[in-house]
Amino acid sequence: MIPAAFEYVAPRSVAEAVALLRQHSYDAKVIAGGQSLIPMMRFRMAQPKVLVDIGRIPGLDYLREEDGYLRIGALVRHATMEHSPLIQERYPLLAATARVVADPLVRNLGTVAGSLVHADPAGDWAAAMMAARAQVVVAGPDGERVIGIDDFLVDTFTTALEPDELVVEVRVPIPGPRSGGDYQKIERKVGDFATAAVAVQVTLDEAGRCQQAGIGLCAVGPITLRAAAAEEALVGQPLDEATIRKAAALAAEAAQPTSDTRGSAEYKRDMVRVLTIRALRSAAARALKA
Amino acid sequence: MGHRIAVTINGQRYEAEVEPRLLLVHFIREVAGLTGTHIGCDTTSCGACTVILNGKPIKSCTMFAVQADGSEIRTVEGLAQNGEFHPIQKAFWECHGLQCGYCTPGMLMAGVALLERNPNPTEDEVRRAISGNLCRCTGYQNIVKSILRAAEMMRGGAGVASGSPVGRGSPAQ
Amino acid sequence: MSATLTESPHRVLGQPIKRKEDPRFLTGQGRYLDDIKLPNMAYMAIVRSPYAHARIVSINKEPALAVPGVLAVITGEDLEKLGLAWMPTLNGDQQMVLAVGKVLFQYQEVAAVIATSREAAYDGAAAVEVEYDPLPVVVDPFKALEPDAPILREDRKEKSNHIWRWESGDKAATDKAFAEAEVVIKEKIRFPRVHPSPLEPCGCIADYNKTQNHLTLYVTSQAPHAYRTVLAMVTKLPEHQIRVISPDVGGGFGNKVPVYPGYVVAIVGSMLTGRPVKWVETRTENLASTHFARDYHMTVEIAATREGQVKALRVHTVADHGAFDAQAVPSKWPAGLFNICTGSYTFEAAHVVVDAVYTNKAPGGVAHRCSFRVTEASYLIERAMDILAHELKMDPAELRRKNLIPADKFPWKSPTGWVYDSGNYHHTLDYALNLIGYKELRKEQAEKRARGELMGIGISFFTEVVGAGPSKHFDILGIKMFDSAEIRVHPTGKAIVRLGTRHQGQGHETTYAQIVAEELGLSPDDVLVEEGDTDTAPYGLGTYASRSTPTSGAAAAMCARRIREKARKIAAYLLECGEHDLEWADGRFQVKGAPHQSVTMQQIAFAAYTNPPPGMEPGLEATYYYDPPNLTFPYGCYIAVVDIDKGTGEVKVRRFLAVDDCGTIINPMIVQGQVHGGLTEGFAIAFMQDIVFDENGNNLVTNFTEYMLPTAVETPRWETAHTVTPSPHHPLGAKGVGESPNVGSPAAFVNAVVDALSHLGVRHIDMPITREKVWRILRSAGIDE
Ligand SMILES: Cc1cc2nc3c(=O)[nH]c(=O)nc-3n(C[C@H](O)[C@H](O)[C@H](O)COP(=O)(O)OP(=O)(O)OC[C@H]3O[C@@H](n4cnc5c(N)ncnc54)[C@H](O)[C@@H]3O)c2cc1C
Ligand code: FES
Ligand code: FES
Repeated sequence: MIPAAFEYVAPRSVAEAVALLRQHSYDAKVIAGGQSLIPMMRFRMAQPKVLVDIGRIPGLDYLREEDGYLRIGALVRHATMEHSPLIQERYPLLAATARVVADPLVRNLGTVAGSLVHADPAGDWAAAMMAARAQVVVAGPDGERVIGIDDFLVDTFTTALEPDELVVEVRVPIPGPRSGGDYQKIERKVGDFATAAVAVQVTLDEAGRCQQAGIGLCAVGPITLRAAAAEEALVGQPLDEATIRKAAALAAEAAQPTSDTRGSAEYKRDMVRVLTIRALRSAAARALKA
Repeated sequence: MGHRIAVTINGQRYEAEVEPRLLLVHFIREVAGLTGTHIGCDTTSCGACTVILNGKPIKSCTMFAVQADGSEIRTVEGLAQNGEFHPIQKAFWECHGLQCGYCTPGMLMAGVALLERNPNPTEDEVRRAISGNLCRCTGYQNIVKSILRAAEMMRGGAGVASGSPVGRGSPAQ
Repeated sequence: MSATLTESPHRVLGQPIKRKEDPRFLTGQGRYLDDIKLPNMAYMAIVRSPYAHARIVSINKEPALAVPGVLAVITGEDLEKLGLAWMPTLNGDQQMVLAVGKVLFQYQEVAAVIATSREAAYDGAAAVEVEYDPLPVVVDPFKALEPDAPILREDRKEKSNHIWRWESGDKAATDKAFAEAEVVIKEKIRFPRVHPSPLEPCGCIADYNKTQNHLTLYVTSQAPHAYRTVLAMVTKLPEHQIRVISPDVGGGFGNKVPVYPGYVVAIVGSMLTGRPVKWVETRTENLASTHFARDYHMTVEIAATREGQVKALRVHTVADHGAFDAQAVPSKWPAGLFNICTGSYTFEAAHVVVDAVYTNKAPGGVAHRCSFRVTEASYLIERAMDILAHELKMDPAELRRKNLIPADKFPWKSPTGWVYDSGNYHHTLDYALNLIGYKELRKEQAEKRARGELMGIGISFFTEVVGAGPSKHFDILGIKMFDSAEIRVHPTGKAIVRLGTRHQGQGHETTYAQIVAEELGLSPDDVLVEEGDTDTAPYGLGTYASRSTPTSGAAAAMCARRIREKARKIAAYLLECGEHDLEWADGRFQVKGAPHQSVTMQQIAFAAYTNPPPGMEPGLEATYYYDPPNLTFPYGCYIAVVDIDKGTGEVKVRRFLAVDDCGTIINPMIVQGQVHGGLTEGFAIAFMQDIVFDENGNNLVTNFTEYMLPTAVETPRWETAHTVTPSPHHPLGAKGVGESPNVGSPAAFVNAVVDALSHLGVRHIDMPITREKVWRILRSAGIDE
């Protein structure tokens, strides 16, 4: 299908982009990878008057560790994460997520930042970033601000971003020693959004007890959810089967699924439990090795 | 409001004034006249439109032509060189990797991109690399076989030099 | 006469020849509908109903006409004035072209916008204002039959949503067998509503030339000749003034058999604007408005002895046909060939009843490699046999062995009147069981079960019926279902073959070339196959229901034999001997006992044009219309092995073996490809696909994000093998194979999953078997991660 007509601008700097967003405000839409926006425009569910293509802004595609953070520039694609040796070696949660976002062709264009801004409760990155306790760096007319992922995601398809703001970076705290993570997703087929998915990131202390835990739930609520009670139940405990199962039950309680063509609320809730068990098992195993 | 863009497709430069909403796939098919790249859906689901953009396989129905300004694109029409099939074309022919042919250009491009990144993929890696491309006819088995066979040819295995000439039917090896 | 696949006795037949059509597809030179661009071409977009059932209060075209580039807006009222608001369906009903008065399903065609560009056409369609007054919606076919259900079709005399009832078999004999039966099983089984969704959507370019009163329709069609006849009937244009061209078709699977409203409107659009009009549907339009498949609600009963001898079969089906009875089936067979449902077994009696019902859904029913409802039939009986095995605590392979039609009973007359041509079922069963290692698998299953692991084995032994068909029984709109071929051998011994079929990936350009090359002693390289243009090809009913090899393949062979008869006369003249002194050997005529005295077809063809025998008409060409004496009955034994994830309910197909017997194989490579494709569709149907509607008749599955087509990752690895039992009445012994895997496989998958869970008391699970369905069973049995 054919999108409605629009104007196209391709700024060459963040400042220029912000100025354009300021000028056109709600009439404008940023396009990054276009893998969520263009399908919506083709169905005329999105009809921006002005499309601000940030794809030509130089220097936004960096992926590096710096100052205690993994810094993911706004133009880093899903595939860059998937194939990056750095991610594969040091960020098992992010590596596992990158492999199951959409399909390999979509991954060559879609961006991590775009996925977070899209704020689809079924977005995989949001759940992973929640578990990883990421932050979002935003540029606006008054410069930059940093927003924690929990505050950034406000509601279904809604973030804390103002119409004249741009995400320039996503940053993930570099995990300490004895850290591990995993992403477990149930999808009907490759390329499908999750029926349910669970992101887990844990750090163990020297005695093998859980020091820090992050659990993000995907596609089981109006928004990406943090399973806070489950996280708490892990902290201070060895990650044995009993603890894992207890946390998984709490994660399932935290889910707020609804029934749809992917499955009933009941099924999705139970899958949160099963996937949490599996993700915690493998995260714990990885942490013990790391 | 037209935008003047220039795109290189299979080594040839195409310049045109386009409406911003023109999808890249429509540019390729209708402006450049290369109809080998197909369209099978409206939801970025099928991969019939797969082309290689700046070295990476993408769905050309989910990019505006204006975004591709200045890009280097490869389509199915660019695979054969001097009337000689690319190994992946030979392999698809030999292994019956196509039936109706509609998904084929996309499959070929996804396959070529994989082999350029990973010359020696496992069957599983091949299956994952083409998982953004749907085929309704073949059940994928012979497509996977074709790509593995092409990998072998490209690594210098049997059959590299002796490609069947374009346009003839002869018994498969 | 049964053997596993061995060396072919033929020269060209049976060879895995690389496909002649491939080079153009591999280089992007295929020419599909949307690749065609005519000068001055306009584009059409269709406005569709958001409601499943509503009166149309008003349509305001003005805002659309104000969009720059819009040339015309057409509504049902406009068509009414031309007498074109309704068109006949292939099943004796009528269907709205554009809605008049009311809409009967969501996404029904309401108006069409023609514009100078595709963009303007879509902008125009978005601007058309339609006011609707919603009516009560009927989604459930059973509710449609209740006395207080709203009547959907006000245009019909009968004020009921019941369309027709079709009965087959002997009711009294069946009732008697059930009354006397030692064991009876009964189950409700649904075959979901699925969609063929070829990767290329449907579309057309209508090019009407007013001065010549001539219409050229380029269209994605599996049956171009049938289209021409239907269009002549609908548009009242003389049939010789209509040319239908079906270019390369990107998959059909039955979806491209019917004539869709969009084609008729595009023709009207071309007449109104004086330009060629292109219409290519979107994927949503394809899934939501073109022909779906199946949607059969079946109740099956088997009467048997305690030892497991089947006696009688009773089936009642409620068939959801949607808003118009438009399924593409032969006239005398409103439920298709569904009464083949006694399958491969020696039932003594059967009674089959089908009730067809209108609902507020898109029309269709017969499509998707189903061989005219044989898929439903085969799934039903193969599922029911497993239920009987469960009831009797018998091994499902043993139960089948006990009841399979013995080889010496062919031709076998089934209790619903079919005469199965040939088969050696027991041989094929044993072959398949051995090949997969059935005994070892059963042993492994027992061990796993003891450990609490879930593994299942499913068998399906199906009998297909294809090659429709003999003209005494088969016609569509009165046109007999023969097929045809025309061969011209040129002076240099190269040949062109034209046929009334239209391939969509089945490899006809190669298969038919092989047949003709075999019969005429040529190389397949020297035979060009052409289909799809009604101006050049002889009349034929098209490619669907696996009928091409059984009918057109036979026509091609018979046509070639007709040529060979003339060639024999020329050969005798050239060799100066009597016709009866000649024999056909190694692709040439030679004098009996003197093989060095011979002539090739090249020499004969040259003589036919340069030096024909005195008094003989020059040239070397023939046409043949083949009216099959019977249908063909391919069959096969499919075995699936599955493992189940106790945590999520996911089913993993570990192995799948398909042993097919499709008679003589013309090109084993192509046959194997057809089998892979059909199995993959069967897999998708078993596990992923169902078109569902909410209570308001909203279709929830209108594109590939919801209609699940498996990718290479989900698709199992297929193992294939063959036994060969030629058809005694087909000139080549071929039976056809394109649909067997889709007919035979769903039951194997479901039987395997049910088998994995049978110790929990499970007898049946309706398709699609989602993880959630399995999960419910697991949890209610206390099984968990
Ligand atoms: C077939 C298919 C399957 C998919 N499956 C999945 C899946 O399984 N899981 C999943 O998580 N996602 C999936 N996606 C979505 C995909 O991951 C997208 O890439 C992602 O959601 C958006 O990233 P993008 O860069 O393409 O953003 P765009 O489409 O360009 O933009 C999305 C939104 O974010 C805004 N935006 C983008 N970047 C910025 C920025 N830097 N600053 C401010 N605003 C910005 C845009 O204005 C727009 O509103 C799928 C997409 C497709 C087409
Ligand atoms: S056309 Fe289907 S993904 Fe591009
Ligand atoms: S060959 Fe027909 S869709 Fe793949």
